[in-house]
Amino acid sequence: MKNRMTLTFDSRSENESLARVTVSGFMAPLDPTMEEMMDVKTVVSEAVTNAIIHGYDSEDGKDIELHCAYENDELVIVISDNGSGIEDVEMAKEPLYTSKPELERSGMGFTIMENFMDHVLVTSSPGNGTRVELRKKMVAKDRVCH
Amino acid sequence: MALATAYEVHDNLLIIRLEGELDHHEADKLRKEWQWWLKEKRKRHVLLELSGLDFMDSSGLGVVLGRYKEIQANEGMLMISGVSSEVDRLFELSGLKKLLPFAVTEEEALQKFGVMI
Repeated sequence: MKNRMTLTFDSRSENESLARVTVSGFMAPLDPTMEEMMDVKTVVSEAVTNAIIHGYDSEDGKDIELHCAYENDELVIVISDNGSGIEDVEMAKEPLYTSKPELERSGMGFTIMENFMDHVLVTSSPGNGTRVELRKKMVAKDRVCH
Repeated sequence: MALATAYEVHDNLLIIRLEGELDHHEADKLRKEWQWWLKEKRKRHVLLELSGLDFMDSSGLGVVLGRYKEIQANEGMLMISGVSSEVDRLFELSGLKKLLPFAVTEEEALQKFGVMI
């Protein structure tokens, strides 16, 4: 079982829900549990929100790319932007750390990603955008037709 | 799905009921409305009723934490009820579970408020 898709959308906050709905639809054939579905929707929301707020400083008209693929039970999601990038990825990942406290950011985005997914890989450097790769294996269930 | 908000007042207690999805896109409007009730209408205590909430991410945590600080500064109390297991994990991760009182249902929350305020 294998599939992939790529969607590019504008850096507008309306598209956060679009990204969540798209990924839920894409992963449906993996027969995820409700919890797995919610985990994935949450981390996609976190990464897309980061791209909008931090990558593009809340400026619309910029590209965010959502790439999803699965092979057998493993779902891979890559969310990339061409924005400002992250100077210190390790610091950005610290729980409760935020570079934008004035926007009431909780600083929990990366912590949630790391807790809800099996693997999180963040590639970023100042001026070169950010790429977040998220991987999760769906728990095997008693599937009827395999 | 968007976020629907309903506000109900009992003396100095404000009940906020959220339905739908609370993300970054919806968080700004909720913050502004909530702050209006706290500052303009001078409501001291707040019950945030979440049984109709289908989705929340860290943007929702930011709004709740921000209001918690304002309510706390005004010597009020913020309680949360009707939390789904998914949303509960976010409150747990963020440490808000240790800061705030939670109730399973709105009725239980109102009873607790009756005792505490």
